[in-house]
Amino acid sequence: MARSVTPRRKLFYTAAAWSVALLIFFPVLWTILTSFKTEVSAVASPPQLFTADWTLDNYAEVWGRSDYPRFFWNSVVISVGSTLLGILIAIPAAWSMAFAPGKRTKDLLMWMLSTKMMPAAAVLIPMYLIFQRTGLFDSRTGLVLALMLMNLPVIVWMLYTYFKEIPGEILEAARMDGASLGKEILYVLTPMAIPGIASTMLLNIILAWNEAFWTITLTTVNAAPLSAFIASFSAPQGLFYAKLSAASTMAIAPILIMGWFGQKQLVRGLTFGAVK
Amino acid sequence: MGKIVLKSVRKSFGDVHVIPSVDLTIEHGEFVVFVGPSGCGKSTLLRLIAGLEDTSSGTIEIDGKDATDLPPAKRRLAMVFQSYALYPHMSVRKNIAFPLKMAGMTQAEQDTKVEGAAKVLNLTSYLDRRPGQLSGGQRQRVAIGRAIVREPSAFLFDEPLSNLDAALRGGMRLEISELHQKLKTTMIYVTHDQVEAMTMADKIVVLNAGNIEQVGSPMELYKAPCNKFVAGFIGSPKMNIVEGGVATQMNAAAIGVRPEHISLSKEGGTWRGVVSVTEHLGSDTFLHINTDAGSMTVRAEGDSMFKHGDEVGLTPMADKIHRFDADGLAIR
Amino acid sequence: MATQSSRNAARLMVAPSVILLFIWMIVPLALTLWYSFRIYRLLSPERNGWAGVRNYLWFFNSPDFWVAISNTLLLVGGVLAITVVFGVLIALLIDQPVWGQGPLRILVISPFFVMPPVAASIWENLFMHPQNGMLASMAQGMGFEPILFLESYPMSSVIFIVSWEWLPFATLILLTALQSLSSEQLEAAEMDGASALSRFRFIVLPHMTRAITVVILIQTIFLLGIFGEIFTTTQGGPGSASTTLPYMIYKQAVIAKDIGRAAAGGIIAVILANIVAFFLMRSMGKNLDA
Repeated sequence: MARSVTPRRKLFYTAAAWSVALLIFFPVLWTILTSFKTEVSAVASPPQLFTADWTLDNYAEVWGRSDYPRFFWNSVVISVGSTLLGILIAIPAAWSMAFAPGKRTKDLLMWMLSTKMMPAAAVLIPMYLIFQRTGLFDSRTGLVLALMLMNLPVIVWMLYTYFKEIPGEILEAARMDGASLGKEILYVLTPMAIPGIASTMLLNIILAWNEAFWTITLTTVNAAPLSAFIASFSAPQGLFYAKLSAASTMAIAPILIMGWFGQKQLVRGLTFGAVK
Repeated sequence: MGKIVLKSVRKSFGDVHVIPSVDLTIEHGEFVVFVGPSGCGKSTLLRLIAGLEDTSSGTIEIDGKDATDLPPAKRRLAMVFQSYALYPHMSVRKNIAFPLKMAGMTQAEQDTKVEGAAKVLNLTSYLDRRPGQLSGGQRQRVAIGRAIVREPSAFLFDEPLSNLDAALRGGMRLEISELHQKLKTTMIYVTHDQVEAMTMADKIVVLNAGNIEQVGSPMELYKAPCNKFVAGFIGSPKMNIVEGGVATQMNAAAIGVRPEHISLSKEGGTWRGVVSVTEHLGSDTFLHINTDAGSMTVRAEGDSMFKHGDEVGLTPMADKIHRFDADGLAIR
Repeated sequence: MATQSSRNAARLMVAPSVILLFIWMIVPLALTLWYSFRIYRLLSPERNGWAGVRNYLWFFNSPDFWVAISNTLLLVGGVLAITVVFGVLIALLIDQPVWGQGPLRILVISPFFVMPPVAASIWENLFMHPQNGMLASMAQGMGFEPILFLESYPMSSVIFIVSWEWLPFATLILLTALQSLSSEQLEAAEMDGASALSRFRFIVLPHMTRAITVVILIQTIFLLGIFGEIFTTTQGGPGSASTTLPYMIYKQAVIAKDIGRAAAGGIIAVILANIVAFFLMRSMGKNLDA
């Protein structure tokens, strides 16, 4: 809507929109602010937005705990690991579905989508038991596998939609120019698909980092990532509000930032390409 | 070099028989145009020759060798795509060098050939730009450059001019024709535009629903079309077809006369009609006339005085009437 | 491209994903089905026994089960209603001529990137806590008694938290769809004499139907399995007031360690998901083929 609007109208809309946005964002903002307060001012009543005594102590204490860095690192390993593994398996699949579709391709894609509809709780039992018996329980490897399987449909779908946007004629030109299949993928397809692959990776790291079912049920102490840590320790016995806020802020900061850059990917990925 | 023979080539996609059966010989150095309406199979035929599609049956020989099962890379053909299909992430230089790189040439050899091609096509100053920074005509030249540099047995063009605006099209047509005269390599050119076909071809292959209707030089097709389809396809505006009436008098199911072979008069005439629409092009005037034998188009001089609503008489040139039998075939 | 060699290569390349997903789907599901008919308790010596439909009957006869089912449906329905309605409104608002649309979007979509346990923890401790929470302070400041959100209104509180998390997703999708509406269509309608309300009703809303359908479908998939928030805050309580089917299954598996029962619960969850999916596709399927 690019017609000229009266400045008064624009002001009204702007004020309304910003009020709503700040209201929605407020809990996050409050958490970040509280993480810099002392415990005393964190629970002060009436609540103070800003405080006189800023401190970084909370961050130091939380990070100084013997286990927090481990939880953080677990989150990193699990989300990046499951994403990379998923991408490796999904690229060939998405390539073939985008460029050499058969009669069954559409059905195949729909079926992959349907695997995501199955509630995770339904397979909790077998996963739990299998993980126990194979020693994968409470291991990073096990979690990487579990999350990779959960997100594989999304990865395949996203790569598929990105690959479909590459004009088939360019790949044919490469073939006419004498490129073998491998060289075609290496010199032409991959460079053109890098933005799409990067977007897919971004979205997947976000999804894996925030996953809160398998990360909780399949871990106890060793492989627990941040989601499990916060979930189990949220009742503040040992973490008071300021420290809880610091722990929370550190847990969500990487993904918040990635998410801000990854809005478009989110729309495309989570709607399976239905909305672009 | 560059002789291509197709024997009983068939192509089906599932139950759709796009090409029922084609036999065709293309001689070395010829400029052959595949022309026909949308969906007639001309692009499919080109892609079969290129190796981008497998034949359902039949053989394709290139320079005497059976190439039916050879992958595109081994057929020594080069293709210019409708969308140019340039590699967007590579510079013009790298685009043109790509086939040479695939063939394993040294960097020095690549550079020499690239610069040679660039000179022929006036691309030397654009060598370090990316396709995204070029205009349509320049991109097309890069696509041609990439093809030239391979020194193929034949060039394949898939509707290369359809994405250009009208002004550019005329110029590029000339450039491609000049290129053919310079290189003397076989060229197979696909288009739906019969003007391109007529102006550029040594030999035209008219296709309809996968069948070859007629093969011949432009003038042969113009003067002696073998059936109603070819007669109506070649020549613009379309040939006028009349059934019954005068046709029966001439022992034919239908007769055809080109708009440029009919003269107009105020009185008399073989047919009489009323002018409905006149199109003034400056050099010519096309009049669309509703006659008792149907609607007919006539070409007149640029300053023709006839206008909408006028009653006119139409008289065809006796030796330019084409007769067709009940199956649409030309009667000679 | 359709040569035989490329097709064979293609089939080979799809194989790993398909095989993996196939195994991931079939094997665990088959195992769950198997266990659901057996007596299998980790805490008891009796391991091998055929339970028939006993595990299932336990669920159907347990009042907690029906509470869990209704809670699950309440959660899904409640969050859907809140996110779609407010999502549309907020998307419309942001789409207006406003300053700083970019930063606005960033603020509005932020909650979605907060991981569920942290989101739950923030609301539970910083806001809803009866002693130290901000809402309590505000209430006391106005002279009211603080509301014990998580104790008195556990399910509603959970629905609220989950809605806060998912509202950004709905808003983002709807905003994207809204901005893809060509201004020319709206201008044509204006020339045809349509008021702002009419334009919304007859042009904007139908255009967004597809996006709304997608939002509902996608959210339903995820909402049926909500777990982290409940685990973090109420642990399904008080009693079973905020237990949903996934949480109930978890309790049976990990706390009661009754594998047989948990498996039966899992199968019931699959059936429930299929029923919901069926009804959804029936009513929304048409909207997707656009």
